[in-house]
Amino acid sequence: MSLSETNLETRLGRPWKKPPFIQRRWLRWSLMLGFIAYLIAAYMTIEVNWSRVYEGLERGKQFVLAFTSPDFTTRSSDIYEGMLESIIMTVAASVVGIIISIPIALGAARNVAPLPVYLICRGIIAVSRALQEIIVAILLVAIFGFGPLAGFLTLSFATIGFLSKLLAEDIESMDKVQAEAIKASGARWTQWINYGVQPQVMPRLIGLSIYRIDINFRESAILGLVGAGGIGATLNTAFDRYEYDTAAAILIMIIVIVMALEYLSGIVRARVQ
Amino acid sequence: MPIRDTEGQKIWQRRSGRESLSHWVMWLIGVAIFAYCWQQISNATTWFFVWDAPRIAEDIWTRATPPKWSYITQLGEPIWDTLNIATLGTLIALVLAVPVAFLAARNTTPSTLFIRPIALLIIVSTRSINSLIWALLLIAIIGPGVFAGVIAIAIRSIGFCAKLLYEAIEEIDTTQVEAITATGASRWQVMAYGIIPQILPAFAGIAVFRWDINIRESTVLGLVGAGGIGLQLSSSLNVLAWPQVSLILLVILLAVVISEWVSAKVRGAII
Repeated sequence: MSLSETNLETRLGRPWKKPPFIQRRWLRWSLMLGFIAYLIAAYMTIEVNWSRVYEGLERGKQFVLAFTSPDFTTRSSDIYEGMLESIIMTVAASVVGIIISIPIALGAARNVAPLPVYLICRGIIAVSRALQEIIVAILLVAIFGFGPLAGFLTLSFATIGFLSKLLAEDIESMDKVQAEAIKASGARWTQWINYGVQPQVMPRLIGLSIYRIDINFRESAILGLVGAGGIGATLNTAFDRYEYDTAAAILIMIIVIVMALEYLSGIVRARVQ
Repeated sequence: MPIRDTEGQKIWQRRSGRESLSHWVMWLIGVAIFAYCWQQISNATTWFFVWDAPRIAEDIWTRATPPKWSYITQLGEPIWDTLNIATLGTLIALVLAVPVAFLAARNTTPSTLFIRPIALLIIVSTRSINSLIWALLLIAIIGPGVFAGVIAIAIRSIGFCAKLLYEAIEEIDTTQVEAITATGASRWQVMAYGIIPQILPAFAGIAVFRWDINIRESTVLGLVGAGGIGLQLSSSLNVLAWPQVSLILLVILLAVVISEWVSAKVRGAII
């Protein structure tokens, strides 16, 4: 009985415990408490009318059930026209956006462009990225009137910000040696870009472009909410009239097209890399 | 390497004759498609309004400047709502995305044949539908307000978070997992000590990244009635109160810039 309990514990040592993520105890606790306090404050601001939610559950069930029997036929001409317009806007805006974003990307790469050009191009990218598509669409609809032209311009503008930024980053991180080899052979500036820079960033440009087409199609589905053309208007009416089977049909078509685009982009990216 | 021989002089060419022909045909088809699309857009456009556009733009600009600064007192609560929609929506999405990601990742899914496709379908369908459409749907179901906005943001973000997370899970270092397994750990212990520590930085990065995107998205949810500052924007637009619109746009811009800065700082600290 010489081995008391405390003695045993000192011999065995304490079991290993995972070290906490934040070492300082007071910081850990105050962060946690602050976070919980925020959650409570945020939760208080949400007013939930539970009886309204309860009534809505029935409609929610109808909507989920509508996916089992989507109605493609009743509004088939509206759906067809809306979808076609969405696709047309996507294609045209992607082409124009990509063509414009290439020179802007070159201008926004510090290793290709001089400082004034760099600043201007970075400014264009910042403005394009900071404004959401839907806000741009509202303004352009106010200026150019209702219809797909406003949607087309919105998507082109958004494409420029997205594509130029990522492409410029790729140009900035390219392999200098190859570009210098072209320069050393006495190439002009355009030849330097064409044979020294372009081959290095081309796979990335193709990958990004396809990804952007995908995004543009998804965005084109909401531009109709503010009158900028596309399937969004049809979808909005379907929701307003509680025609869930039509809405389900449209949503299924959007999901299928996005899936197809994703599959396609996988194939193309595998080929170019 | 195709080389053309003209009058004894050899010229290097990038493509052979057939290759360049097929390239030309493909380009031609592409241009034709674009021309068709442009034709359709042009037909659906009232060009009279477009020619008038510079004048209208100038008109809106003169109406919208200077912004009505006194209106800012009414924007405090909407912007707080917007922040809450984004934050709570992101949190709910993360809670739901974790199991979906583990079910979708090839190395942790219980069944690649049945469960993985379902998880992937959840990811694709939540991602491909915009948060505004989710909001429209939820408003029809549970009524307008902040609550619908939170749920819309949450549903929309599941796919994004789960996709990035399952890619991180598939890329983990298997030797660590094997080491934990070799000590006789159970399935859950392997998860807790072998997998989760490896994906935790990625998880935190995804959370902050999505929060930043959600701030942007929640600023416009009010356009369809789902709460936040977009509600003020749409009511100001409806009465053509352009000085208020310009102030709201400035506030939204500021919120987006601040959230981007915060997210960049936090990500820099984590990774």
